[in-house]
Amino acid sequence: MTIILDNLHLRVGDFELTADFEIAEGHKIALIGPSGGGKSTLLSALAGFTAPVGGRILFGGVDITKLPPAKRPVTLLFQDHNLFPHLSAEQNIGLGLRPNLKLEAAQKQVVQDALARVGLSGHGRKRPAQLSGGQQQRVAIARALLRDKPVLLLDEPFAALGPALKHEMLDLVAEITEASNTTLLMVTHQPDDAHYLADQTVLIAGGIATAPVSTKALFADPPIALQRYLGE
Amino acid sequence: MAHNAQPLSLIRVLAGGGALALLLALTLGTVLAVWSKASLQQGLGSADWAAIRFTISQALVSATISVVLAIPTARALARRRFRGRQLMVSLLGAPFILPGIVAVLGIVAVWGRTGYISTLIGTPLNIYGFTGVVLAHVFFNLPLATRFILQGWLSIPTEHFRLSAQLGMTTRDVNRQLERPMLRAVVPGAFLLIFLLCITSFAVALALGGGPRATTVELAIYQALRFDFDLSKAALLAMIQFALCTLTAAATLWIAAPQSFSVGLDRPPRRWDGKERGQIWTDRILLVVVGLFLFVPLVSITVKGMPNLGALPPQVWPALRNSMAIAITSALLAIVLSLALSALIVSLSARWKRGSQLLEVIGFLSLAASPFVIGTGLFIMLNPYIDPFKAALPITIAVNAVMSLPFALRVILPAMSRAEHFYGRLGNSLGMTGWHRFRLAIWPRLKRPVGFAAGLSAALSMGDLGVIALFAPPDMATLPLTMYRLMSAYQTAAASGVALLLIATSLALFWAFDKGGRLDHHTG
Repeated sequence: MTIILDNLHLRVGDFELTADFEIAEGHKIALIGPSGGGKSTLLSALAGFTAPVGGRILFGGVDITKLPPAKRPVTLLFQDHNLFPHLSAEQNIGLGLRPNLKLEAAQKQVVQDALARVGLSGHGRKRPAQLSGGQQQRVAIARALLRDKPVLLLDEPFAALGPALKHEMLDLVAEITEASNTTLLMVTHQPDDAHYLADQTVLIAGGIATAPVSTKALFADPPIALQRYLGE
Repeated sequence: MAHNAQPLSLIRVLAGGGALALLLALTLGTVLAVWSKASLQQGLGSADWAAIRFTISQALVSATISVVLAIPTARALARRRFRGRQLMVSLLGAPFILPGIVAVLGIVAVWGRTGYISTLIGTPLNIYGFTGVVLAHVFFNLPLATRFILQGWLSIPTEHFRLSAQLGMTTRDVNRQLERPMLRAVVPGAFLLIFLLCITSFAVALALGGGPRATTVELAIYQALRFDFDLSKAALLAMIQFALCTLTAAATLWIAAPQSFSVGLDRPPRRWDGKERGQIWTDRILLVVVGLFLFVPLVSITVKGMPNLGALPPQVWPALRNSMAIAITSALLAIVLSLALSALIVSLSARWKRGSQLLEVIGFLSLAASPFVIGTGLFIMLNPYIDPFKAALPITIAVNAVMSLPFALRVILPAMSRAEHFYGRLGNSLGMTGWHRFRLAIWPRLKRPVGFAAGLSAALSMGDLGVIALFAPPDMATLPLTMYRLMSAYQTAAASGVALLLIATSLALFWAFDKGGRLDHHTG
């Protein structure tokens, strides 16, 4: 799904961010830049949690600026708290099908399939506290998988994982998004992650989100703001 | 991490051990004294059974009403943003340090025979007895329960509300998946705590209860000692009271298990559910009604007290002096005890976890202690040697200090534990020891919580009408006792002047101590 940010203007307290560009369908985009630069705020606006003070957001040509979060074709994964602690892994995934958890037999099978797809068959009855950090995020990915929204937003859900586990997760995300031609936006602090997964990168610094450019080209010849962030 | 363990110095052990001994003597020692005097073969008369039934039933009803109303009130405060919300949340803390007898005066001004409501509907209401006791207890505990439950609501991570919004969960789904699990974890603890407070509350029962149909066990102890001078009857009732409190406290510790909700990132809480028109109006009406219920009595105390401040009866001034002396001394005593106990708990925690946890539980135990059980025990212990009525002031000071200890400890212990953890190590590495280590490394981090705890405990003690009523000879009083005597003599105007003076001095003491803790504060 194509995303157009048309003169988008966000304000949270004293902080401001502007964005004016287009993201073509099926791309995997990394959002990189200093802490407090507005990466999470941008995702939050796309998902409908932060109302812009100006401009429009268009998904597939349709203006969704005023739509509530549930009506947007988006899944957003947070850094943590993606699961309800008192529900089992299965139930947490099932919420993606029916928010009141009244599942039919066929839907229960879909949940089991999603669990299997993220490599957690047999763990369905466990609660989040009984799962490792990586397993918890897999459950969240499984739910995203069965929600099957054309846009997937990652707000550093793998930041707390070690490098090997993180690459495993990124591989899983890549596999899923490529299979369904999902547009992916991912916040990261690590240039490595951008190289690993994202074909394009958006630099967010100084209150401006710049249009996406090829990740390789961007890091081959980094602009001043990026150089400063990288410490070069 | 044993390497940072501070050597368990003799002073710490002696000070902490002394505090512990005093605490145990006052809580458990007095119970033993009571036990020795209680004649069990005498058995319980029908009046005693009535007192037990009344105590439990009023506490059950008060706690139920408080919690049932607190749940939607807390929800409204958690999901609505409006001007004055912060003010309302702060004011919800006011009844906690409001002297019980003052609150009674305010409630009578609104609900009493000649109160606003009676005037409004044209028929005089009679609130003395069960209704009045429950009304006053709800007035005190609804705000407490609301703050408790609001905390539970705010501990639900914002991410979970976002997640619910993204998944398209309705207000009902959010209720079932997020709010009910939180309530299941928070409400039983709140209920039991309020039940406990309603069992041990004395001023309310004294002023609004009484008579064969509305006497609590606490009040019956007072009457047995004060009017019938029946020591063994008082002791028997005190044993019953002790059993009631201990059972409730045990249930609180057992049931109020820690909840599994993790605390979310510190984003301003925003909600996407509860946008239906009906929900919005329910919240609005509820907040207005609860606001009026809580704040009209407070306002009426001020309005009625003002004109009478100029003509206070002469017995007020010695009473004010006594109250100030009791409040300041017992606050200092509570602080010394808390500091000594905290120091022992913190240094024990590194080498003997179980022991330090046990000490912590003992420190909070006096929450379940009834001042009148302690009072009766002290009476029995002192009676052979001195006239207990002559020792009214020291006894009141000691009991008030023990009663405010759990609150002081709750503020001071975490602060000391943090200070030791972060700055004690630094002090050790620089070779600081003993008094200088405490003065330079620890105390600066403790000043502020200590000032706050001292203020809280002084205000609680200032407004307390408890053991002093048991021990005070007729020619001696504290401010709350003077107020009660004026009220019993139907001198309502004078009583409301005293009420205002009492509130003003309580607040002034709280402010002075709290401010003292903030002076010369460079610790950020």
